[in-house]
Amino acid sequence: MTDTSYDRAPGDQSVPLDEEESGPSSILIYSIGLVLSLGLTATSFWAANTNLLWGPGVPLGLVVLAVAQMGIHLVFFLHITTGPDNTNNVLALAFGTLIVTVVVSGSLVIMTNLNDNLMPPAGMQMRH
Amino acid sequence: MIPLGKLDWSAIPFDQPIIMAASGMMVLGIAFVLGWTGLKGYWPYLWREWLTSVDHKRIGVMYLVLALLMLLRGFTDAIMMRAQQAVAAGAPGYLPPEHFDQIFSAHGTIMIFFVAMPLVIGLMNFAVPLQLGIRDVAFPTLNSVSLWLTASGILLTNMSLVIGEFAKTGWVAYPPLSELQFSPGVGVDYYLWALQISGIGTLLTGINFVTTILKTRAPGMGYTRMPVFCWTALASNLLIVAAFPVLTATLAMLLLDRYLGFHFFTVDSGGNPMMYVNLFWVWGHPEVYILVLPAFGVFSEVTATFSGKPLFGYRSMVGATMVICIFAYLVWLHHFFTMGAGAGVNAFFGIMSMIIAVPTGVKIFNWLFTMYGGRVQFTSPILWTVGFMVTFVVGGLTGVLLAVPPADFQLHNSLFLVAHFHHVIIPGVVFGAFAGYTYWFPKAFGFKLDDRWGKASFWCWFLGFHLAFMPLYVVGLMGMTRRMQHYDVLSWQPWLLVAAGGAVVILAGIFCQIMQLAVSIRHRERLRDLTGDPWNGRTLEWSTPSPPPAWNYPVLPRVDGIDAFWRAKQIARVHPAQPAKAREYEAIELPRNSPTGFVTAFFAVVTGFALIWHIWWMAGLGLLGAFVTLLVFAFRRQEEEEIPAAEIARFERTRQREAVP
Repeated sequence: MTDTSYDRAPGDQSVPLDEEESGPSSILIYSIGLVLSLGLTATSFWAANTNLLWGPGVPLGLVVLAVAQMGIHLVFFLHITTGPDNTNNVLALAFGTLIVTVVVSGSLVIMTNLNDNLMPPAGMQMRH
Repeated sequence: MIPLGKLDWSAIPFDQPIIMAASGMMVLGIAFVLGWTGLKGYWPYLWREWLTSVDHKRIGVMYLVLALLMLLRGFTDAIMMRAQQAVAAGAPGYLPPEHFDQIFSAHGTIMIFFVAMPLVIGLMNFAVPLQLGIRDVAFPTLNSVSLWLTASGILLTNMSLVIGEFAKTGWVAYPPLSELQFSPGVGVDYYLWALQISGIGTLLTGINFVTTILKTRAPGMGYTRMPVFCWTALASNLLIVAAFPVLTATLAMLLLDRYLGFHFFTVDSGGNPMMYVNLFWVWGHPEVYILVLPAFGVFSEVTATFSGKPLFGYRSMVGATMVICIFAYLVWLHHFFTMGAGAGVNAFFGIMSMIIAVPTGVKIFNWLFTMYGGRVQFTSPILWTVGFMVTFVVGGLTGVLLAVPPADFQLHNSLFLVAHFHHVIIPGVVFGAFAGYTYWFPKAFGFKLDDRWGKASFWCWFLGFHLAFMPLYVVGLMGMTRRMQHYDVLSWQPWLLVAAGGAVVILAGIFCQIMQLAVSIRHRERLRDLTGDPWNGRTLEWSTPSPPPAWNYPVLPRVDGIDAFWRAKQIARVHPAQPAKAREYEAIELPRNSPTGFVTAFFAVVTGFALIWHIWWMAGLGLLGAFVTLLVFAFRRQEEEEIPAAEIARFERTRQREAVP
């Protein structure tokens, strides 16, 4: 009697496996994802090689395109949605993003701060 | 002649009587155990039922056996250091500096990675699936791989005693000291490969338990009905998943520096040793909470059970656990306040370190209010718990003191710091693990541990701890730095003599624990627990027989609230059970035992050993072996075996007959 609910967390209101195919077909989803991600990739290659854009803005634009690329992958390939059956995945993603942000930005702040403080005073500057 | 890299006979320190005697004891001990079990014909049984087992309960027991054995090794290192410092006032003592350096490095590495980690992981393995009301963890074979990879790391660390040397850098192995330029020997390589291999095992455990707790719970067990131990296990494993990759990557960069001439952490060519310190503690501070949160869970279970009351403030306990889980990532700089950060950065991390004491305080008050008005039974698990609360609060307060950066500038790197972290880890983790060990022992083996020896052990540990570490606060304030092989300030010596005496009292505590185990096994018939519920427990694991069968639950329990088993007992008291109907049982599929973990670990040891000694062909063979093992497992034909319904019914009938006296 309990076999069906065995591998699911009880709070998790997910639909049984055989009823999951209700939205757009998965081929369509993957195709949209593929087109979008190829488009973003092509745009970044173009942006890096063109003279039409304002030079200093290009790195920032590449970062934006990269973040968008991650979003496309998460939504279309890894199927992160806002649906109720996705709470665990979204929470895990949020936790991961939080920790990575804290670690990376914290390390940058700390290392910059250490480098500033550990610079020898101007008179003692040595050249390597 | 087979090329053996850097390995030759000079690797074995024949000229060091202390090391040779210790190695001899170790080799004799292993030979004795192997010979005795072989002579008795236990090898097939051990192989079939234990070494290849994927049962979470047996894996948990094996983790605890490993941890307790390594506790003996780590404690031997500790008492040798105490003895050295007790005699080395203006004198060289009995340990040469290069040996003393290896001892304090091995002590720290072993105690953190190979005692504390296996203790908490072992308890989680044993208790979490039972408490969740399920039959095993999400990935049982992976669990066995985790266990054996941890054992590989342990084996490599102990091999360094006989063959070669261990790191002389302290357990944190900061570069540039740990770089090839300053540590050309194999010691740091032993440290690095042992931690890399066991680190993979720990990461796999983390993934396994997060999945288990999030996805496989008994029907009806929502998040707010999980026992607190499961919550703390969830938090701890989330921390493992997020923190251990940082350690692995950091150590991998150091390995690249040492093996392939990279410059991540070197002092020249643009390397930055401070980055290692930073990344090491990005892992290192969450590690503290990985260890202590499950212990907090044990204390919660023990307090509620032995007070006969539900845990006070379940939701605040869960909230405090999860707040700690996040804040654990916001305090790591307090491990290196004095290494050059500016006032602003130090102030931020100092304040965060003080704030994290708040959720811990919430927990302490919850335990106190649980006991308040309850009928507390002073068995040895509750003694460990009360001993923890009294000691941990003081240790935590010295931590708040160290979190003040100006104070830290005075106290850092001194024995005051050493006293502080032992003051939180020993009561927090070790007392917690011992409370859990005593609490769940009857569930694992079907008989209770002798309470008199347990209490004796507690009092020895409790008094010994204070005798051993309170003097270190004093000498720390007097200016004694850590890791001193000898010193010239004679006024430190009386304090260090007292500390050495404390270590001897702790030794008596360990002796009491060994006696407790021996006496309990001897009198197991008298201590037998037939009900499966020796403590009048509250959570689901106590509804199973002791020891639980391989399938844990013949029918998965339905959970309709917190403290599910306690509620079931209350209901049964009001409506006495009907004469048991002949139940229908269904056949249960269990994962088959698999030697995958053991064989993978064997090849991991071969690979690690070969890489340490630069025997490249052997490293290749080891990696190939591990890969083939993985393939063999991936192409297995039969994943599960079925326990027929008749066998389950027979087991349940016998159990009911035995339980009714």
